[in-house]
Amino acid sequence: MSLSAASNSSVDAASLSDAQRRHIECVLEELHALPGALLPILHAIQDALGYVPPASVALIAQALNLTRADVHGVISFYHHFRSAAPGRHVLQICRAEACQAMGARTLEAHVRQRLAIGFHETTGDGAITLEPVYCLGNCACAPSVLLDGDVHGRVTLPAIDRLLDACMEAT
Amino acid sequence: MTVTVFVPLDTMSLACGAEAVVREIQKQARVRGFDVRVVRNGSRGLCWLEPLVEVATANGRVGYGPVTAEDVAALFDAGFLDGNAHALAHGRVDDIPYLATQQRLCFSRNGIIDPIDLADYEAHGGWKGLEHALTLAPEAIVQAVTDSGLRGRGGAAFPTGIKWKTVLGTTADQKYIVGNADEGDSGTFSDRMVMEGDPYRLIEGMAIAGLAVGATRGYIYLRSEYPLAFRVFREAIERARTAGWIGSNVRGSGHRFDLELRLGAGAYICGEETALLESLEGKRGQVRVKPPLPAIKGLFGKPTVINNVISLASVPDILANGPEWYRDYGVGDSRGTLPIQLGGNIKRGGLVERAFGLTLRELLYDYGGGSASGRPIRAVQVGGPLGAYMPESQFDTVIDYEAFAAINAMVGHGGIVVFDDSVDLAEQARFAMEFCAIESCGKCTPCRIGSTRGVEVIDRIRASLDRDSNTALLRSLCDTMVNGSLCALGGLTPYPVLSALNHFAEDFAPRAISAADP
Repeated sequence: MSLSAASNSSVDAASLSDAQRRHIECVLEELHALPGALLPILHAIQDALGYVPPASVALIAQALNLTRADVHGVISFYHHFRSAAPGRHVLQICRAEACQAMGARTLEAHVRQRLAIGFHETTGDGAITLEPVYCLGNCACAPSVLLDGDVHGRVTLPAIDRLLDACMEAT
Repeated sequence: MTVTVFVPLDTMSLACGAEAVVREIQKQARVRGFDVRVVRNGSRGLCWLEPLVEVATANGRVGYGPVTAEDVAALFDAGFLDGNAHALAHGRVDDIPYLATQQRLCFSRNGIIDPIDLADYEAHGGWKGLEHALTLAPEAIVQAVTDSGLRGRGGAAFPTGIKWKTVLGTTADQKYIVGNADEGDSGTFSDRMVMEGDPYRLIEGMAIAGLAVGATRGYIYLRSEYPLAFRVFREAIERARTAGWIGSNVRGSGHRFDLELRLGAGAYICGEETALLESLEGKRGQVRVKPPLPAIKGLFGKPTVINNVISLASVPDILANGPEWYRDYGVGDSRGTLPIQLGGNIKRGGLVERAFGLTLRELLYDYGGGSASGRPIRAVQVGGPLGAYMPESQFDTVIDYEAFAAINAMVGHGGIVVFDDSVDLAEQARFAMEFCAIESCGKCTPCRIGSTRGVEVIDRIRASLDRDSNTALLRSLCDTMVNGSLCALGGLTPYPVLSALNHFAEDFAPRAISAADP
């Protein structure tokens, strides 16, 4: 059975592009010896590729002497890590209480309706991936969203429309 | 002559357009021929005024806010570089009552200094605690922290000195200091503000903790939702190491203390200390059974001090000024100050650091100025998503760990989220269960399954299906979660649910749902 496991992992790994594979190997080489290296490795991969490709699981597992189940279990436990490539822009809407008190539910409904997608989905043109987030620590300037790593506060409906417009125009 | 202008490099300020304000100030200065030096300070915590632009004048620092890029030309026209009047002017920032009436110990430097400028830190009293600690025996450092009465500011309020004493008394070849910066409670942002606005304070506190218990290695576990805090703190660690404040030979003392910044990955449960340790070890953030306590068997199985950012950041001044100085603030067994965070539907949201003993009402109205919407405040949630919803009749409760516990509420990490009268508390109760279901680590059944069942039962109550028997079922479910969960997530989720049910029963009636919708 070990033979088929090995051939599976090589088939998986083959679905990575050369650039992806090189990057992942580079990350593993640099970080594998850190104590508790798995989260730093997953962050480094996602920061560069936008997600953690399922085909990278076997490579990570091998480098850290873990099972693929261990690695998959960690990736799927944490909301931050994605297993599919996101759209060109990632919009995270805060759903937590301080933002709720300032109209986050209306904001969320507006965005979902306008983009015609739900959370963890990407618009058909590949422009925007929508994700929930639970608190950005901007609670005195609510409601808040995180767009491509930048926090926006006191977000009104016209303000979110301007942000969405900009995302859909830019290529 | 060069004029110094301060524009915060803080999440709140950036979120409200600070970068565009800086660009416009630089552009206008160039066009008008002024020599302006822009310093990127942290936030003063006057969040409703962000971005708060300050100008250094002969009369002190004069504030203008909230400033947008479109306001900048008019500010130049009005002569703001001389501190002149303008519709956005607030006079000397130190004299703004919101700030002037506070007792800023942990936040003494926030918004005043350039966060990563080591000289600025030192000029404002930085490193004095560490320098004093270097002259003391470990036992004396632990005793000072114990005598100060400092209790864990993450929410559990466990005496910090006792925790340290346990680690000091445990023999091991390696010990760790872990800073818990997984500030996941909605309505809280004080950890973030320290890490963005006065990062060396936390580094100093961790180095002191290392000396106190004999730990040579520290980790900060920061949530991934705080990208700016990550960038600022990473830079601060590098500079502190280069300057010899941490590293292989702390200030030439022969003591070693290495510090590493690690990122979480969007799991609320990792704010729980044992889940955090699992996560640092590269595993799923699942809660551990205690005992053994982390102080005996913590990170990588070694004795570990794990403290909240504010606890650690409070330590330098306790060492510098003495435990009595800190202990003199506060009431009962709640000693010192608490950085309280006012958020949600509040007119003047921000950070209020005061000694324990203030009432909720004073915070909501004297500091907060009432709701942002102008409607009556109907409920506040104190202590994050696991904290109780408190009605107006409880607004005279004093900020004190025991006073809150006595009414089935909790101070937690000091976050207060304000709701006006458009809130539907049945919807909030449902969200509390939903959040628990999303964030449960899955280790124990009452939390993993109970939260999902809780959402369903609340839905049935709101739809008026067997209302009485389902309400009884919800109470029974809450009882199981409180008594049958391993950690605070499952064990405290019933607090917001039951407080909503007990204090706002009318919202669980079907008619009230549409009536409460504005």
